[in-house]
Amino acid sequence: MELRDLYRDVILDHNRHPRNFGTLASATASAEGHNPLCGDRLTVSVRLEGDRVQDIRFEGKGCAISTASASLMTEAVKGKPRAEVEQLYQAVHALLTQQDATATPALGKLAALSGVREFPVRVKCASLCWHTLHAALERGSGTVTTELPDDTPSSLAQQLDGAL
Amino acid sequence: MAARAPALSPAPSYDAERVRRDFPILARSVHGKPLVYLDSAASSQRPLCVVRAVEDYELNSHANVHRGVHLLSQEATNAYEGARDRVKRFLNARSSREIVFVRGTTEGINLVAQSYARPRLGPGDEILITALEHHANIVPWQMVRDQTGCSLVVAPINQRGELIYEEFVKRLSARTRLVAFAHVSNALGTVLPVAEMITAAHERGAPVLIDGAQAVPHQQIDVRALGCDFYTFSGHKLYGPTGIGVLYGREELLGAMPPWQGGGDMILTVSFEKSTWNELPWKFEAGTPNMSGAVGLAAAIDYVERLGLPAIGAHEQRLLEEATAQLARIPGVTLIGTAAHKAAVLSFTLEGVHPHDLGTILDSEGVAVRTGHHCAMPVMEFFGVPATARASFGCYSTREDVRALVSALHKAREVFG
Repeated sequence: MELRDLYRDVILDHNRHPRNFGTLASATASAEGHNPLCGDRLTVSVRLEGDRVQDIRFEGKGCAISTASASLMTEAVKGKPRAEVEQLYQAVHALLTQQDATATPALGKLAALSGVREFPVRVKCASLCWHTLHAALERGSGTVTTELPDDTPSSLAQQLDGAL
Repeated sequence: MAARAPALSPAPSYDAERVRRDFPILARSVHGKPLVYLDSAASSQRPLCVVRAVEDYELNSHANVHRGVHLLSQEATNAYEGARDRVKRFLNARSSREIVFVRGTTEGINLVAQSYARPRLGPGDEILITALEHHANIVPWQMVRDQTGCSLVVAPINQRGELIYEEFVKRLSARTRLVAFAHVSNALGTVLPVAEMITAAHERGAPVLIDGAQAVPHQQIDVRALGCDFYTFSGHKLYGPTGIGVLYGREELLGAMPPWQGGGDMILTVSFEKSTWNELPWKFEAGTPNMSGAVGLAAAIDYVERLGLPAIGAHEQRLLEEATAQLARIPGVTLIGTAAHKAAVLSFTLEGVHPHDLGTILDSEGVAVRTGHHCAMPVMEFFGVPATARASFGCYSTREDVRALVSALHKAREVFG
């Protein structure tokens, strides 16, 4: 296990200087995400114009992985149509949980998250923002937690299920 | 009740390296580094003698207990009841009828909540707890509150993580029907002034339950000297197996309580119209018990009493002092829980490094600490932190462990800048 794979420069940078951090006055949808196991909390606010994520912000307190992931996410989805956002959501999810998944060019800087896969306990930190965004887009509001079975790499499904 | 020796002499006869060798798991490596296990407060490791005792029972003496006429059943019964007697002596209880085997501290508290509190309490009655409790000593009482309409009152703590004693006493009222608190806080390490608290509660006619999970590994417990009404602890925090714990209850109280769970072993007779209950303590032990767990717990008790709990406690206090001093020197470290009287638990935050990230970096250096809310969310809330990192010492912890912790913290500082 290489710590450098997890805490890559991109991750450390986005943790220290999170992009699109704050609230969105003109938000049309928002959702809250919470990882009760480690205390990560964030709120994702979006302004949808037609089908496009015109603007997006996130706010909250969490570990470096959750913060960096959220920051990278907001950069990646801003200006994109919902269908593309959904594709990115699936691609990131695969990157985080599937042993053989490789980062496609479409992921851009999100590829930095591939290191999280080697640290299964931290996968939920990286995916929290995406689940929260998904809730905001699908439902317009709501609260999500990280206790979602499809996030858990199959090899660890039993260990992490209901653990802690 | 002192958890430390009066004077910490610089020439201890406690050989931590020797003790370490009793624990096989401590020889393993983690991510290519030697394991530095600083999570004993979550669960302690087992000495080989405990593993062997369990193995010996499983290989040579196992059968179902209590009603068998055949030899193996008698041997198993003797092993199980012998373990109960060992626990009785360990706690200095008056009688084995006051020792109930449960799965752990959590189950012990739930037993008292459902079997003592729930039948007795109603609207207007109060249960008093403190602000530093583990969820196991909060949620069962909330459930009783929801079931009976009684109230839950919380005695506050100060910024050092100490109970504000006057505020505790103020909250003892004529309506207080039960007082429940931790002997030692798992998140903060605070040792509560249990003797005074018990006296104050009894003056109000309120019985006392003590969550002893974090106290029992660090000091000798004498339930009669304490005078508490209930005391509960877990085997796996005392170098014993998981799945076994003890609820001590004064016979007078246990005798008047309805059973906790129904089934075999807790009855004398059963017909479809009516069943009669078994005597204490079996009234509270439905179903086939955890015999091997009890045997392992007895072996663990033998082990710690051989080392001597005061000696273990004093050794841990030395490490706590050293670790506290060293951590305080690291820029950006804030200690959470700085009570004057603490057990060997060190909760802290490192500025700019979330506890979760800290835990991962420490883990990469082989250092195992716990990060998170430690099942004490109200405590985290009080100190305004989402989580802390917690290092906790055990009988096998060494000065090298402290050094490794400090070094790993410096590494975390390096990674995060």
